[in-house]
Amino acid sequence: MKRISTIFRAKANSALDKAEDPRETLDYSYQRQLEMLTKVRRGVADVATSRKRIELQRNQLQTQSDKLAGQAQKSIDMGREDLAREALTRKSALTGQISDLDAQHAQLQGEEEKLTLASQRLQAKVESFRTRKETIKATYTAAEAQTRIGEAFSGISEEMGDVGMAVQRAEDKTQAMQARAGAIDELIASGALDDASSINRGDDISRELEAMSTQSDVESELAALKGTSPQAIEATDTPAATAEPTTEEEPVEKGQQS
Amino acid sequence: MIVRILGEGQLEVPDDQIESLNELDGAVESAVESGDEAVFSASLTALLDGVRRSGSALPEDTLHDSDLILPPSDATIAEVRELLQGDGLIPG
Repeated sequence: MKRISTIFRAKANSALDKAEDPRETLDYSYQRQLEMLTKVRRGVADVATSRKRIELQRNQLQTQSDKLAGQAQKSIDMGREDLAREALTRKSALTGQISDLDAQHAQLQGEEEKLTLASQRLQAKVESFRTRKETIKATYTAAEAQTRIGEAFSGISEEMGDVGMAVQRAEDKTQAMQARAGAIDELIASGALDDASSINRGDDISRELEAMSTQSDVESELAALKGTSPQAIEATDTPAATAEPTTEEEPVEKGQQS
Repeated sequence: MIVRILGEGQLEVPDDQIESLNELDGAVESAVESGDEAVFSASLTALLDGVRRSGSALPEDTLHDSDLILPPSDATIAEVRELLQGDGLIPG
């Protein structure tokens, strides 16, 4: 792994070797450090945003999964095992997605912690560099400047390289997850996971359950009506009799003819 | 000897520990060459654990460069190869 060290250091240092006056280099480097601090903090915020998005999605899928469990129970209660089976099949697909989201969530949380620590370390080193920079500038003599500046640089530039890489890796990981999160958002938006009672093509299970319970409601109301006033139901067989008096004679005439 | 684990920070490792760490380091390198991701991951974990066990963390405000820089614990072989090529992973 020695080679990594050499390459890493060379790369980290190359950016700092450009200025003519070493004192200018100090200020220039300090600016770069502050920028890197901003970058790593933004990185922490970005990862946190992705983490929250995944939490939100997970909750949505969980709600849907609970609903499907409820539907399965209801289907069984109504003697429709086929519907219950369908509901449970869909629920198990969601369970897979939920555990996938849990894994992503754990990974993002890990990245968030790592970046937060990286940001703290860089913060401490930048502070230390600033102090040293002021001291060097105050007591500047050409002879000793190069060495002391060199010492201050080497440590901070390595840290900058490390933090820069950590931010980059976190971004890459987050981006990959963003794409998957986008796919789930689309699935949710498409209505495939939507509420049963809303108007969409997605949830046929609950529509069927609904239809069944509507039907049984109608039947029981009908039975109730028959029970209390049988005439009312019979009367509906010849509504014309009362609704349209002008045609009243016709069936009578027909009856007479036959 | 100062060792940096990328993404974790710097540790001071006593010189008498270097020998055994070198062995672990050799295992990581041959895993990178063979391309076996599982062996690589296990040997990298062993190396980093060895460093963490034998070393002590440097104060955060230390401005000192490291003698040895090691890949992050969740690195892949591809990432280590990129590190070895000197481009790709390290923003420059």
